[in-house]
Amino acid sequence: MKRQNRVLLLAVATWAVSHPLGATVMIQNKGSDTLVNVAQSLAEAYRQVQPEVAIAVTGGGSGTGIAAMINGTVHIANASRVIEEKESRMAAKNGVHPRELIIGYDALGVFVHKNNPLAEISLAQLARMYGDGADIKQWPQLGVQVPGCQKQKIILLSRQNNSGTYEYFREAVLKKNDFLLGTHDMHGSKDVVDLVSKTPCAIGYSGMAYASKTTRMLPIKRDAHTPAVAPTVSSAVDKSYPISRPLFMYTNGEPSGAIKAYLDWVISPAGQCLVGKKGYAPVRAVHCPP
Amino acid sequence: MEHAPSVQPGLTASGDGRNRDWYIDQFFRLLMFVCGISAIVFVLGIFIFVFKEGAGFIVHQLEWAEFFLSPKWRPTSAIHATYGTLAMVAGTAAVTLIAMAVALPFSFGAAIFIAEFAQGKTREWLKVTIELLAAIPSVVWGFIGLMIINPLIIELFDVPIGLNVLNAGLILGLMAAPIITSIAEDALKAVPDTYREAAEALGATRWQVIYQVVLPAAKNGLLSAALLGVGRAFGETMAVLMASGHALVIPGSVFDSIRALTATIAAELGETPVGSDHYQALFAIGIFLFSITFFINMIADLVVRGIRNQ
Repeated sequence: MKRQNRVLLLAVATWAVSHPLGATVMIQNKGSDTLVNVAQSLAEAYRQVQPEVAIAVTGGGSGTGIAAMINGTVHIANASRVIEEKESRMAAKNGVHPRELIIGYDALGVFVHKNNPLAEISLAQLARMYGDGADIKQWPQLGVQVPGCQKQKIILLSRQNNSGTYEYFREAVLKKNDFLLGTHDMHGSKDVVDLVSKTPCAIGYSGMAYASKTTRMLPIKRDAHTPAVAPTVSSAVDKSYPISRPLFMYTNGEPSGAIKAYLDWVISPAGQCLVGKKGYAPVRAVHCPP
Repeated sequence: MEHAPSVQPGLTASGDGRNRDWYIDQFFRLLMFVCGISAIVFVLGIFIFVFKEGAGFIVHQLEWAEFFLSPKWRPTSAIHATYGTLAMVAGTAAVTLIAMAVALPFSFGAAIFIAEFAQGKTREWLKVTIELLAAIPSVVWGFIGLMIINPLIIELFDVPIGLNVLNAGLILGLMAAPIITSIAEDALKAVPDTYREAAEALGATRWQVIYQVVLPAAKNGLLSAALLGVGRAFGETMAVLMASGHALVIPGSVFDSIRALTATIAAELGETPVGSDHYQALFAIGIFLFSITFFINMIADLVVRGIRNQ
């Protein structure tokens, strides 16, 4: 009897999850794993605003999301990159007209241990540390002695070779050159920051959202002539910070009805505060309740 | 089925229990048979699946020399994708070597103590505790490597990072030890008591009995225990991923970080487009790994058969 009850409960729970009570409109939202957390909290918060609209968020990567939008299986595609030419052509062939909306910015922070005295770093120096054929291997080559770092060796932390963050760093910093062999390839944005916090010799890149008290984010120089810029919400928004990327939501054509209402809410102060709370930079300065 | 009667009496004749029993009997016989061969079916199924996914790459794309001799694993390169596994093979081998150096003395020592010296309660407690050690999930071991052994190695050996061959080897050694211990203990127990009695009758001490009579008699079993331990260490994934540093380096010392074959598959397969070259290359690594562990287990099995036939 007990077992039957449990089975019944499970069935009800499954039904409840797939058919949120009272929801009459269902919006399918799929794409970038970078965006999946923020998209999920946006969807949850929107339930308070519009109880009759349910938004189902899934990940799978920017490419997966855009492909699903082109095939008409989702209403909104999340992407951490611009739509590619190949994808635009596919869309045109299917009679789909992708329209992009920037919902926030993701600034890649370059993290070092909190005791690391390095003041700033340039994109060229990063490329000479991370790129194939790198020649900067020791902290003194950058003019600093790192306390607690044995042999002053630079320990490079990177990401697994198919993450969007890895790809963006390769494009923006290495100018599509290969990575040096022997970087420590961590499996998540948080893992990079966690290991940096425990390893005085280490340097790593990760979303600004993952900033912690035990690590520092270095200000970055675009080139020799420009001053170093610290990763902040405002420097990400005005694009003075050199490694920050826009985050997109794509729809088929001009959105209307419930989808338009949702996207308008996402870029409204309420939605943008949530984007900021998740560690990304909002599209414009907003005043948020603490 | 050929014994089934032409008229079906089962439902109407309530007293005819014999036929029903016969059906139940046949049903359970069939069920047992299916259970019996299920392991073979599953192994074959996995074998076919892995080969099917990787075969296209092996036939069309794979450059054998690069795959085995180049350390450059750059499947997503924007310039030129390369698929070398040398660094990973070297890394996996180095970690397995350290793991065995850690595990073998401990587990053989434990097996000798349990089989030859421990009595009653002590013996039972030891066996239960060692089996408990085998029940610790590998991700927990990885966590221990990351959070406890990593800072310890940095502190003790004055090296820049503690996620390296030594760390992963220690973890894997501890993980393989329970398996090696319990198989080695079985091997020692399998040595007939008459051997021990004969040796003691000749005036041999406990140590002489073990060292000169029991161990030589059990050597095949001990070897197969060691080989199964090697298989365990070679195929372990999660703990190595977390404790090894996951860096493509051909290790020159135990303080170098490495990347294991298994860890590469675990880290990359999830986000790789199904059917792409990268995806198939990961399956090619899977086939390679499968062949190695299959080979090791088969040798261990043959060695065990060796003892039984003696």
